[in-house]
Amino acid sequence: MGNKQQETEQRVKFYQKGTFTVGNRLLNIKERSVQGSMDRKNSLTCGHRACQGCGEALGARYAIDAAMRATRNQVIAVNATGCLEVFTTPYPETSWQIPWIHSLFGNAAAVATGVAAAMRVKGRPEVKTIAQGGDGGTTDIGFGCLSGMFERNDDVLYICYDNEGYMNTGVQRSSATPPTARTATTPVVGKEPGNVFGTGKNLPLLAMAHKIPYVATANVAALHDLEQKVTRAMSIKGARYIHIFVPCPLGWGSKPEETIHVARLAIKCGLFPLFEAEHGKVTGTVPIRQKVPVEEYLKTQKRFSHLFKKGQEEWEKIAAIQAMADANIAQFKLLVSEEKS
Amino acid sequence: MLKQIEGSQAVAETIGLCRPEVICAYPITPQTHIVEGLGVLVRKGLIENCEYINVESEFAALSVAIGASAAGARSYTATASQGLLFMAEAVYNASGLGLPIVMTIGNRAIGAPINIWNDHSDSMSMRDSGWIQLYAETNQEAMDLHIQAFRIAEEVGCPVMVCMDGFILTHAYERVDLPRQEQVDAFLPPYEPMQVLDPDDPVSIGAMVGPEAFAEVRYLAHYKQMRALERIPEISADFKERFGRDSGGLVHPYFTEGADTIVVALGSVNGTIKDVVDEMRLDGKSIGSLSICSFRPFPLKALREILHSAKQIIVIEKNLSVGIGGILSANIRMALRGLIQPVTTAIAGLGGRPITKKSLHELFDKAMRGEIEDLHFLDLDWEIIRREIDRDKKARRSGPTAENILKDIGQRLNKPE
Ligand SMILES: Cc1ncc(C[n+]2csc(CCOP(=O)(O)OP(=O)(O)O)c2C)c(N)n1
Ligand code: SF4
Ligand SMILES: [Mg+2]
Repeated sequence: MGNKQQETEQRVKFYQKGTFTVGNRLLNIKERSVQGSMDRKNSLTCGHRACQGCGEALGARYAIDAAMRATRNQVIAVNATGCLEVFTTPYPETSWQIPWIHSLFGNAAAVATGVAAAMRVKGRPEVKTIAQGGDGGTTDIGFGCLSGMFERNDDVLYICYDNEGYMNTGVQRSSATPPTARTATTPVVGKEPGNVFGTGKNLPLLAMAHKIPYVATANVAALHDLEQKVTRAMSIKGARYIHIFVPCPLGWGSKPEETIHVARLAIKCGLFPLFEAEHGKVTGTVPIRQKVPVEEYLKTQKRFSHLFKKGQEEWEKIAAIQAMADANIAQFKLLVSEEKS
Repeated sequence: MLKQIEGSQAVAETIGLCRPEVICAYPITPQTHIVEGLGVLVRKGLIENCEYINVESEFAALSVAIGASAAGARSYTATASQGLLFMAEAVYNASGLGLPIVMTIGNRAIGAPINIWNDHSDSMSMRDSGWIQLYAETNQEAMDLHIQAFRIAEEVGCPVMVCMDGFILTHAYERVDLPRQEQVDAFLPPYEPMQVLDPDDPVSIGAMVGPEAFAEVRYLAHYKQMRALERIPEISADFKERFGRDSGGLVHPYFTEGADTIVVALGSVNGTIKDVVDEMRLDGKSIGSLSICSFRPFPLKALREILHSAKQIIVIEKNLSVGIGGILSANIRMALRGLIQPVTTAIAGLGGRPITKKSLHELFDKAMRGEIEDLHFLDLDWEIIRREIDRDKKARRSGPTAENILKDIGQRLNKPE
């Protein structure tokens, strides 16, 4: 009895050298990674057709497995059209080991509302519904249904896998595409090459504006944090939203083996702040420990390569992106801990 | 129980008797009173164990119904006109997934120009979507068709639209016979889905299908409707046995036997047509009429059996397939392929234009004298049309026709004599 008490109260002391990642074995059992467990569900199992190094495949696997553990495997998933849907279910195969439905591109949140309603009338409140989609399916075409689901506070967790573009149709601009990024519809030509400044939507903040019980951002470079957020989300009733940053090597022109590296730089430079919010108020952030300039992040991806042409570097634009990162850092006070120490 | 109530209320109470588990509500005239009525019934606890969801659009309404139905719940929604178009993508999806959703269409025109009154342009636009489409002649039939619709949908694995004319039926107060709960329960067993989203037995639904199997999937959708063609009359017969009323089925013939002229139509206009047929028969004319209840699946065989002996067929259509003519007539011609009798199309009642007995008398008389063109537009105001065409010939003014006409009328009114 005493031992058990000690085990759950054990404080984290050790980090893996140089990464700040806590070694799984150094944690008590409850805090260990879902993927580190022999009992992980492999909800999204092998054989799917994602590209090498696909951040979306990785994010979905971790998120859904964590949700499965948190609910004792009582999950139904609804999927919007997009890469995740296409690469997981090439007829007549499926990589999903959970009940899963794909209806349309723009209606995942509404279909999930229907599934959740059915579970209520069928007297199965233990079964939890997750809707998932790409950034296009979430921030653009599916936003009406998503906002409706939020506003009604339906008992659904919606997960957006944000790879900052319409990847499944060949890398077009979405309202999550960052400024200057090259896509097929924001080509690197003309006076303002790539995506323009002053556009786009911040879905996590929009979700918070609905005052729903839980909103979080997560990133495939912080998988432990991601799992914890999904676990937390599954413990809450009502509308919940998790926005996961998932690099797309094909669309971004990044190296498949660098997906985690790229994703981590997005956190470290401040462009992708990690935070949680409840009922519209920020309740937690993941501080940045070693801030890096945005160039370090941008240089990993060909979609930004026009900013760094030798002798024609676009310093003004890079500075504008740096300003966006700094604004995030200020808004979420991401450097507080560093200033203190 | 006999009641004198509005058509929408009658349908709402009937849906309640069908024990729906998920109802998605979004307002659009002339369907709105149905979902309002259901909202009251659910709040009062008169429909037990039912989730009533106020959604943000028709696209969401049907999408919520799709999720609920795939998870095993009996699901219902209602819409009309612009709302049906707004949910079009989900309409095809629901049938593609084989989900037995029932949806009422309060038939209404489609804009522009925006128009809230009755015609069949809305449901006709979805005729190829894979849904079964049943058209009600009266409020009593609208009620009865909903009870049958759930059974057809759940037996065949295909969604059903029950189409009832906006205002003419939805807003008409008529005496109707509301069935008892036990009667409906005996006729309509609880929904037992063939495949369902369930963590205890995980399945993937809605996977991508390529050229290797897509055609087969589409063929099977057609096969389902061919099965429905057999089940619809059987279920209608069973309904008659239990409820004592003729409702539903494929077609309703009226004095068609031996008739030289047969008038064909969908929905409530058949009431007026029958009155005219009665009057003309008293005058010794050889005329009958045929109301089509099941438009999808389309009863080719049943229609041919009835129509082949007539010398002339007149189709009254509340729709216009712009650029060719009537949709129903084209389908009727398919039923009569190889035969020689003329099929005359009369486009009538668009955007709520009343279809009067007087106009029908004139139309039928003319047609029987062989004095009518293949495609006829009933009761057009030729004065308006000629002026617009003439003006357009002189000086083309681009922009919406309706505004041009209004401007012209305004100018004429303001012109000093
Ligand atoms: C109504 C509709 N419009 C467009 C499409 C085409 N389409 C399919 S997937 C897709 C892109 C998906 O982008 P996103 O949601 O960001 O997911 P990703 O593929 O990037 O993961 C598009 C445009 C569609 N299937 N349906
Ligand atoms: S295109 Fe991008 S999101 Fe799609 S499978 Fe490839 S890496 Fe993943
Ligand atoms: Mg995307």
